[in-house]
Amino acid sequence: MTASSLVSIEDLTVQFRTDRGWTTAIEGVSFDVAEGDCVGVVGESGSGKSVTALSMLRLHARGTSRFARGSVRYGGQDLLRAPERTLRQIRGRDIAMVFQDPMSSLNPVLTICDQISETLCLHQGVSRAAARQRAIELLDLVRIPDASRRVDEYPHRLSGGMRQRVMIAIAIACRPRLLIADEPTTALDVTIQAQILELLRDLRAELGMAVMLISHDLGVIAEFARRVIVMYAGRIVEDAPVDVLFRAPRHPYTEGLMASMPALEGGAGRLYAIPGRIPDADEPIAGCRFGPRCAHVEAICQAAAPELVAIGATHRVRCTPRTRTSGTS
Amino acid sequence: MTEIALATGPAGGAVLAPRRRFIALRRLAAHRSFQIGLCLVLLLAVAAIFAPVITGIDPSAMKVRLRFKPPSEAFPFGTDSFGRDVLTRVLYGARVSLWIGLVVAVMSGVCGAVIGVLAAQFRRLDAPLMRLMDALMSFPAILLALGITAALGPRMESVIIALTVAYVPAGARIVRASALVVRELDYVQAARIAGASDLRIMFRHILPNSVSPLLVQMTFVFAYSILAEAALSFLGVGVQPPTASWGNIIAEGRDYATEAWWVMLFPGLGISLAALGLNLLGDGLRDVLDPRLKSG
Repeated sequence: MTASSLVSIEDLTVQFRTDRGWTTAIEGVSFDVAEGDCVGVVGESGSGKSVTALSMLRLHARGTSRFARGSVRYGGQDLLRAPERTLRQIRGRDIAMVFQDPMSSLNPVLTICDQISETLCLHQGVSRAAARQRAIELLDLVRIPDASRRVDEYPHRLSGGMRQRVMIAIAIACRPRLLIADEPTTALDVTIQAQILELLRDLRAELGMAVMLISHDLGVIAEFARRVIVMYAGRIVEDAPVDVLFRAPRHPYTEGLMASMPALEGGAGRLYAIPGRIPDADEPIAGCRFGPRCAHVEAICQAAAPELVAIGATHRVRCTPRTRTSGTS
Repeated sequence: MTEIALATGPAGGAVLAPRRRFIALRRLAAHRSFQIGLCLVLLLAVAAIFAPVITGIDPSAMKVRLRFKPPSEAFPFGTDSFGRDVLTRVLYGARVSLWIGLVVAVMSGVCGAVIGVLAAQFRRLDAPLMRLMDALMSFPAILLALGITAALGPRMESVIIALTVAYVPAGARIVRASALVVRELDYVQAARIAGASDLRIMFRHILPNSVSPLLVQMTFVFAYSILAEAALSFLGVGVQPPTASWGNIIAEGRDYATEAWWVMLFPGLGISLAALGLNLLGDGLRDVLDPRLKSG
């Protein structure tokens, strides 16, 4: 789309095979990540956040899932249709990823040095000695103390926070242009969470890479992202700059999310929860998939599935009543 | 910063070992049945390797005047129907029997590992490979080996090939089972994200994390192979006389079992001790490598 966009996702639709045929996990997901941008993707469990991330690198199980429609354009190529060889070069070098659980993301039989070097060797063909030196520099960069000693250790000797730092070091080893962080702090305790987020923010500034942060934690998103994409039941329901989204959310679901955040002051009242639950991917729902849980549901909502409509230069909402009345309310 | 445990306590709860495999080795060294098994196996291996030094007698040298001498100072294990020293023959037999066991364990282990990982990684190969393994497994190992040695001719090489074929399926199943678990772990996905190829993922990430149950299996295959070789040699399709193996010494002694019990007893003891030692070794290895017993 725009000239500065790094990755451009268009109408991405992914289906999984189940006993009852193909089930749509995400549908019509479209967004751009600009060079150096900082995008937060937020949603409940099962809203399709991780599927979106994995699909961008064509990483889900062959045979049990398929791309029904859409494209992921990067550097003039459609990653969904690129040959495996090309994709292997892009993974790790141009687009890297950090996972949720640092405890299981490192290979227990290889040293930290081996694992960081692997990426370097695969993409840059550096010598072993140089890779080791670079590994130490990277550990320094992610603020692991005593890097030159740590580099020869095995993962079981490191704490969760340290392992996540190592994962980040591996991810940034080749200076990727986009780092996808899939719930990077969920498995960590709160103080470590803050440190990891700060680290990610600093690295983004230092390396000039774009970061796509996936989280179900609005606090994390508010603190980190510049732009927020809200997903619900496999679809984008709202996409807005972070200040706009938190100040004036337009989609009822986003409003619900904001309302269900506990406030620091305001006593120990009962926490607001959006009624109902997220529907199964193949549950038949007429029109808007948030309809059954929406407090403002109208007849028009059930008549047709709402489109993702732009209500400003940087704001998109998938809600028929709200977009119809936009500008007048 | 949550600094990791730098164990200093005298109790040594977490040992400050630089590498994971050293921790495993330490725990192995402290394991009682592993110690006993290792001693037995080492004893037999040393006896086999230094057989010429220990006896200095030619294992095939016949002295007809000295037939069926019972164990004595000159012949600690007695002599057989050709007047050959049974001790010498048992020691030289150990070379053949242990060698066959070792080679079969290693070869079937390597083939099993490769087949198992291939089946786990390339789902399309899974069904054909595993059905082939099932077909091989459906024959009793000894019967299959008997057939193969009969076809290839009674030689040591054919015994090795036959037993390898017979024991590959079990190894392949074991590796496939653990590789199927490992391939779904995050670090394999992480390697894929880093741009690693299928082969690299298989042999650098999946295989090293799937082989520990195979190591245990290999020690048992080692023991089974010694038993199976003895059985094959006893039946006459194994290692051929005059080359001594534990199996054919027993086979030769069978006809005189009532008069010269020592001809059969000592190679039989060798087989028992080797099987016992390897099983104890395998038990210890299993206790240490079993992920369910591992902490963190």
